[in-house]
Amino acid sequence: MDDWKDYKRVFLTLALPGSFWLLLFFIIPIAFLFVLSFSGKAMVDGETSATAYDYLSTFSNYTSAMSSDYLVLLWRAVWTSVVATFVCLLVAYPLAVAVCFAPPRYRPILLLLLILPFWINLLIRTYAIYTIFRTTGVVNQAFGLVGLGPFEMMNNSGAVIMGLVYVYLPFMVLPLYSTIEKLDRSYLEASLDLGATQATTFRQVTLPLTMPGVITGIILVFIPCLGTFLISDRLGGPNDVTIANTIEQQFLEANNWPFGSALSFILMYATFIALMIRAFVSKRSAGVDA
Amino acid sequence: MTEPIISIRNITKEFAGGVKAVDNVSIDIAQNEFFALLGPSGCGKTTLLRMISGLETPTSGQIVIGGQDMAFTPPNLRPTNMVFQSYAVFPHMTVEQNVGYGLKVTGVPADEIKTRVADALEMVKLSYLAARKPDQMSGGQRQRVALARALVKRPKVLLLDEPLSALDAKLRDDMRMELTRLQETVGITFIIVTHDQDEALSMASRIAVMDKGAVAQIATPAELYEHPNNKFVADFIGKVNLLDAAVISQKGKTVTCDTKAVGKFAIDTDKSASSSATIAIRPEKLKLSAAEPKGARLVKAKAAVKDVAYYGNTSNVIADVGGQELEINVQNDSRTEGSGVERGQKLWVSFDPNDALVLTE
Amino acid sequence: MSAQLKPGMGPLDYARRPWIIALFVLSLIFLYAPIVSLVVFSFNIDKTGVWHGFTWMNYVKAWNNADIFAALSNSLMIAFMSTIFSTIFGAMTALTLWRFRFPFKNAYEGFVALPIVVPEICMGISLLMFFTYTGMMEATRDLPFPLNLSNIIFAHIAFSFPFVTVVVRARLHGFNRQLEEASKDLGATEFQTFLHVIVPFMLPALVAGALLAFTLSLDDFVITFFSSGPNTTTFPVKIYGMVKRGVDMQINAASTVLIVITLAATLIAMKLQGPGKTGH
Repeated sequence: MDDWKDYKRVFLTLALPGSFWLLLFFIIPIAFLFVLSFSGKAMVDGETSATAYDYLSTFSNYTSAMSSDYLVLLWRAVWTSVVATFVCLLVAYPLAVAVCFAPPRYRPILLLLLILPFWINLLIRTYAIYTIFRTTGVVNQAFGLVGLGPFEMMNNSGAVIMGLVYVYLPFMVLPLYSTIEKLDRSYLEASLDLGATQATTFRQVTLPLTMPGVITGIILVFIPCLGTFLISDRLGGPNDVTIANTIEQQFLEANNWPFGSALSFILMYATFIALMIRAFVSKRSAGVDA
Repeated sequence: MTEPIISIRNITKEFAGGVKAVDNVSIDIAQNEFFALLGPSGCGKTTLLRMISGLETPTSGQIVIGGQDMAFTPPNLRPTNMVFQSYAVFPHMTVEQNVGYGLKVTGVPADEIKTRVADALEMVKLSYLAARKPDQMSGGQRQRVALARALVKRPKVLLLDEPLSALDAKLRDDMRMELTRLQETVGITFIIVTHDQDEALSMASRIAVMDKGAVAQIATPAELYEHPNNKFVADFIGKVNLLDAAVISQKGKTVTCDTKAVGKFAIDTDKSASSSATIAIRPEKLKLSAAEPKGARLVKAKAAVKDVAYYGNTSNVIADVGGQELEINVQNDSRTEGSGVERGQKLWVSFDPNDALVLTE
Repeated sequence: MSAQLKPGMGPLDYARRPWIIALFVLSLIFLYAPIVSLVVFSFNIDKTGVWHGFTWMNYVKAWNNADIFAALSNSLMIAFMSTIFSTIFGAMTALTLWRFRFPFKNAYEGFVALPIVVPEICMGISLLMFFTYTGMMEATRDLPFPLNLSNIIFAHIAFSFPFVTVVVRARLHGFNRQLEEASKDLGATEFQTFLHVIVPFMLPALVAGALLAFTLSLDDFVITFFSSGPNTTTFPVKIYGMVKRGVDMQINAASTVLIVITLAATLIAMKLQGPGKTGH
């Protein structure tokens, strides 16, 4: 590696375009969001102005975000994300085990099959779910053939959770796959050899040794679930409102930008905390693979 | 032999695609033996060991352990325990927890676990490390944990998969002695898998040499070395010179044969030879001399020394004998002259036919 | 647990246990049924959930539907432009991070990685405010195609190029500096070395990074939704309106086309990144 001072012109040519772009279209907008989250609407001629703000004047946006109405909403969003994450984990673990314990030449193709849908446009996938599960969709037509239904399977919390699982399952499979694949099989063999049953082996050996993958998977799924906008908006009912949907409402309907900004930052902090937990876990587990 | 503790009967293991990793193998192993499965990599020895432990299942055959066929019994229900090649010491448990694991999961009471773990650690001299995690330990220490962890279960048979291969040379010698000592102390049958003939010869009471999934010979170390059954065993155990021979005649136990290298001679054998055979002779059983050796029975020929490799106590001489290269092991019994053999010398090579062996396959 | 093992099946052959195989198959059905059904029904002659016969009509109609055509061409134009700039900026940033020691380097690395981790909605609304306050929303609204898309393109570059940086940097990490020294030892200048040694080495990562940027751009809804003016519609924004309101087989047809494009791009990218590096 060279010191930048020895090649100032090369360094600046390479570093500036990206830095400039990020500064202009990312940092400045986010910084503005930050300022706005501490601002209130200005009073002009004794009336609340629609467009002018008293910048950095108040904490009230954060305090009202912590009021009971929004805490209920926050709790619902967190709960939905928790359930979706848990379902993902429950399904993905055996899937990852199946891939890892399949003959080596089949592993890449099996893994690819599980994660390929992830590359298809999120909206197309959401739309696809909607079309087959809607009241007149294929699934209900099939129920109709055996004299059942039609069932209302969309526009409720169940649909949101199903959508989240559908979309984020690959995020859970990948980290689990990579830790289980690295897991030395002789640990499991030793456990069985020493008299443990399959279930005990899973509890005492497999699960503890693949914990880093489990935690990474949980965080990789939980974060986007928490910030989900589309799936709750399109597949959920009127009560299935996430933080992201509320943020959108504040900006596009309620026209309360400072409050929306404060909610955005709360969501960002939650994300960063989750990422820090993940970094902490992966650092601690670095020595375990030995 | 007394009632065997393990009886492997006609075990065959076929992998997908029809490859037979183990092909119709039968072995009886007695109580208290130190038994070695020896062979080159891919000969099926590890697969056989894993079938004894239950980590793999045979395609057909029986594995009778303590009088009961356990070929398809899950590993956790077998009275065998294994020391893994990679040791497989659980990284998330302390030494004490590792050793106690097998007792805990089978419901042994806590106070009994405590004393048995303490005894086991004492036995492998690791008591002072009881609270350590494996990542703070050397390879040798981890291996002792693996040993203690298996022995604490008091298995009928202890299985060791290449236990010394991951240790450095010095530690390996110590561990070899220690394993022999341990086996004598605990009085448990040991079955060890190894590709290292020195390891097998020095530790085991009996050895099964395996080749391409089948047993080539089962015998004591000395028998294997001095009376190999076939070319594979002769060649795999120690060094050997193989001379192609045409059989001229056989009278009773005496065969007269003709070799390109050393000419015609008579040799005793139990085997009935067909028209051709192979004569095997170990390098240390060939003698070199400047003058023509005397002795009526001796087989002798002229040798031209092509190369001398010096090993300190001995030297290996490669000599051209009648158009074939033979290896001869010479003692360096003189400090000033060494073996006294130099490249380019013309010498006599000789051997007593009683020291050679007729191999028919 | 079962008391006996089956011949030839070890205790760790989990991939051959019936319940795991069943779960695997069910999961694949769950993952693929919606997509397969979307593709299949794009060839249906009516828009019910029942198969009534094969037709290409939906594709023809979608092609002739000005709305859908505009949305698709907007999406592809945005993805194309964003890919070019993201690849250039991403590669340059990766080279900076790989080649130089400079003050606050760790902070800078974190700064470049931020757009990858910040929730889309936050980036989306911050850009909405930014474009509104700076007047860019107004200014670009009535410009001719493709300049009317510039806000969206700017936004897409901002969230795509950090991904390219990650991909290219991972590749550069495996570069053997001795190749560079050998090149200079043989008389090449610094620039010739860059052109003939480093760029060819980077090439697979550049292509993979570009395809990733392309997919990310085509895939994006949230940021596009907020940074676009009311008159611009991209394909995801168009479908967004469709879900809930109804189902249109022309959308199925256009989606099928897009799925084929994305999957082709993805599979090429995976091939280039080599085995075992699937996903990001």
